[in-house]
This record gives sequence, structure tokens and C-alpha cells, in this order.
Amino acid sequence: MVTFKKVLAQSFIWILLALIYLPILLLIVWSFNSSTVLGVWQTGNGVNGSGLTGEVYEALFRSEEIGRALGNTVIVALSSATVATLLGTMGAMGAYYCKRRTTAIIEAVNQIPVVNAEVIIAMSLTVMFVMVGNIIFHENLFSFWTLLIGHVVLSAPFVYLNVKPKLLQLDPSLYEAALDLNATPSLAVRKVIIPQILPGILSGFMLAISLSLDDFIVTAFTSGPGLLSGQGTIVTLSTYVQSKIKKGPVPAEMRALTTFIFLLVVGIAVGYTIFNNVRAKRGSSHSSKRAKALARAEGRR
Amino acid sequence: MRYKFARKAPVIPYAVFLILFVILPILIIIYYAFTDAQGYFSFESLVEFFTNTTKLDVLFVSLLIGFFNTLLCLIIAFPLAYVLANPKLNNNYVLVILFVVPMWINFVLRTGAMKEMLSWIGINGGTHPITATMIGMVYNYLPFTILPLYSTMLKLDRSQIEAAKDLGCNPLQTFIKNIIPQSLPGIVSAGMMCFMPTMSSYVISDTLSDGRIMLFGNSIYLSFSQLDWNGGSFMSLVMLVIVFLTMLFTRRFSRNTDPERGGASW
Repeated sequence: MVTFKKVLAQSFIWILLALIYLPILLLIVWSFNSSTVLGVWQTGNGVNGSGLTGEVYEALFRSEEIGRALGNTVIVALSSATVATLLGTMGAMGAYYCKRRTTAIIEAVNQIPVVNAEVIIAMSLTVMFVMVGNIIFHENLFSFWTLLIGHVVLSAPFVYLNVKPKLLQLDPSLYEAALDLNATPSLAVRKVIIPQILPGILSGFMLAISLSLDDFIVTAFTSGPGLLSGQGTIVTLSTYVQSKIKKGPVPAEMRALTTFIFLLVVGIAVGYTIFNNVRAKRGSSHSSKRAKALARAEGRR
Repeated sequence: MRYKFARKAPVIPYAVFLILFVILPILIIIYYAFTDAQGYFSFESLVEFFTNTTKLDVLFVSLLIGFFNTLLCLIIAFPLAYVLANPKLNNNYVLVILFVVPMWINFVLRTGAMKEMLSWIGINGGTHPITATMIGMVYNYLPFTILPLYSTMLKLDRSQIEAAKDLGCNPLQTFIKNIIPQSLPGIVSAGMMCFMPTMSSYVISDTLSDGRIMLFGNSIYLSFSQLDWNGGSFMSLVMLVIVFLTMLFTRRFSRNTDPERGGASW
């Protein structure tokens, strides 16, 4: 009876997984065919006329438009995640030592972009940029920098939220011990605090990257003249794909790019899982060693 | 004394950043919401919003689609999270990761993939705008609902469920009287993760319904591109109020639970 339940549960899980992956997998299957739409398998060319070809991949490598969008996306994601991580980590560290009321105010404001709708963040920033540009600078402010600010607003609060719990776990006496041992405050921060909150900083950074990669609305509102081309507006993968699927099917070259994105994402997920498993094993053996050492020290005393 | 200041100092750039790019833009939105095109104080946008049937329709449709999407996501994600977190039914953590992995693929691309698949089987924006949009919404927001529910389900008190069974509850009663109350914080935070973004989404409704369904996101985008800043700002303000009310509602349920909700960690 229990096994029947388990079979039912497992099939429920796998059916849902299949449904979630189906659209992406279909795109990947059709990336080996030169048809313009999904569902029509064009034959007559490729291996033995079966339609199995790598033409779409060739087109992908030749496409300047996609190359530029991809480059922009990566540059924006990395730079905004770096700035967001710096700002958010510093904010969390500073707020940790502030008075309770100051911290509460900062945390309340920090929560606004987290719960707010993206479209409001985008609209309000854009209106402000236009206003400031008209009144103070007398020029159009929209550029890479406005886009960067937009993405940082989106992601820095999440970095803050990721770093904060790690700070709360810190042993405050370690920092004071470092100061007593003649370390300057900045050295103590670098050598004592940063290494301990590093996991929080890293997960904040990864989250910032994923938010930036996924963003459409803020990019569409706040981007200015192109980053890699120097003209038009900055096109990222999101805005590029959106402009295409609004009118028709996903461009054939994007199907090929989907294959690569999918492989990359799955690779990262597998790597992350293995890394976590190894760390968990090593961590447990390490802590048991420490426990033994502690026990020994206790016994000696 | 100097040391104490040095420890607090890093907060300054972040505080300045929050004031300049979070608080100030919202104040500007409020300013535009209550002025007219000439910059004088007026309730023009407010009156227009509550008398213009297209804008009220947008509010109504957004609430409706947000509600049904949240409901559908919860109906699918709740049993799924329960099954995933139950060691008797599943002890493979990798399956949980598999549900999260698609979130790393660009969501516009995923929406495009969904659009093509749907038009292949004959559901396109021209013929079935609502069905197509709902499928796209559930497809996109399901992972966001699974995670908070999963993390609550992991903490379910199994002995309590056993006790309910021992004391003569049938499975339905156990479910209603024990499992649902125990996982309520997860349900509320999952619903929040789903409801808010659905109401204000732009890409999914725009592409999957061929522009036939206007949600808050689409409407704000439209008024902005038509340079109707006052109207757009007022709509943003209405959305902001809805966000705020939902927050208050959520607070009531999750006050006594741990701060690390599933939403914050992804």
C-alpha cells in the first residue's frame, strides 16, 4: 500500500517536471532543424534529407544582433551584481552596528524594492531620471548608467537580506579579539568579518546576477544608447527576445542559444549540488575533528 | 569612539542610495499622481481612474487573473511540496533542484517557448487569450510557489499528524485541521510571491494574449509610452497601495515565523 502511494507521488512529481521542461526541450529539439516555427519539421536538407541540420547553430554564430544582446546582458549582469553586492554588503555591515531604530528604518526601506512591483520601480526611476535630466542637467540622462542604477535597485536589497543572517551568526568577540591583538578596524573587518560572512555575500551575488539576467521591465524603461554599439538603446537578451516574440515566433537562432543556456544552467546546478555535498561531508568531518580536539583539551584541563 | 564610527560608516553609501533611488522616485510618483499636465495640484488622475471604465477594467482583470493564478499555483504546488518534503514518498533532494533550475533560464525566452508550444497545439492569443495567458502565468510562477511551500513542509511536525490520525481523524480531517494550519505561513508567503508579480506582469500577458489582456503592468507601460505621466503615476500609486495592503495582510500570518522565507533566499 505504501509503495503504491510512493509510485503515485513519484509519477506526480515526474509528470510536473516533464510539463515544466517541455517547452524548453521542444525548442532544443527544433534547434536541429531549420524550420521557422515549432511543430513543423522541415525535411529535405541535412543528414540524408531528414532535416537534421546544424544550420541554426551556424546562423547563431554569425548573428551580430544576438552576440551584441548577449554581450550587453553579461556586462550589465556582472557590473550591476558587483555594485549591488558591494552596496548591499556594506549596508548590512554598517546597519548591524547602528542603533536599533536606525537599523529598523533602513530595513523597512530595504523591504520596499523587495515587495514592490517591478513595473513601479521602473516607472518611478524613469520619471525621476527624466525630471532630473530636464531640470538639473538639461540633457537626456538615459545611458548605461541609468540601466545600471535600475538593476542595482532591483538586486541590492536582496544582497542585504542574504548578508544580514550571516552577520547575526557572527561571534562579536572575534572582532574585538582582533582589535585587542592590534589589528586596525579595517584589517579586522577584512581578515575576521568578511571571511565569515562570505557565503552570504556569494549567494547575494548569485541572486543579483539571476535577477539582472531575468529582468525585462526595468531594462526596457531605463536603458539608453547602446553599450557595445554606441547607438540606439541597449538591447539585452530579454528585450531582444521580447521584441521578436511580440510579432512572431522565437527566432531560429535563439533556439540554438537556448541549447547552450540550458546546458550551462544544468551544468551549474550539477556543479553546485556536488560542491554542496562535498562541503557538507568535509564540514561534518571537520567539525567532528574540532569537537574531538576540544574534548581532548577539556580532559587535559 | 573613532572606531565605533568606523564600524557604522559603511551604511552611509547604502542609505544615500536608498534615499536617492528608492524613496525619492516614489515621492516623485506621488507628486505626479496628484498634479495635472501643467504641474498644478489636482485630483484629475484620481477622478479619471475611478470613472474611466477601461482603467477600472484593468484593475478588475488584474485582480481576477492574479487571484486565479495564485489559486492554481497553490493547488498544484501544495501537494507537490508535500510529496517532495515527505521522506516516505521522496528522498531525492535533486528533484527539488530540478524544479528550481528553469528559473535560471531567461523568463522572456521561456515565455516565447511556451507561446510557440501553445500555438502548435492551437491555443494562441488570437483564439484563446485567457487560456494562453493563464497557462503562461502558472508555468512562470509555479517554481516561486513551490519553494516557500517546500521549506514550510520540511518543518511540518509529523508526530502531530500521526497524533491526529491516532485520535480518529480521517485523512480529509487531518488535512484540513492539521496540515493546512501547520503550513499556513508557507501558503501565505507563496501566495504573495505569486499574486503581486502576476498582477503587475507585462511580458506574459502581452505576448501570450497578443495584447488582448491588459494587466496593471501593461497599462502602466502603455500610459508611460503615451507620455501620460500623471495617469501612469496614479496607476502606479494604486498598485503601490495594493502592494502595501497585501504586505499588511501577510504580516498578520507570518509574524511568529522565522525571517528566512523561501522568497528571500531565491
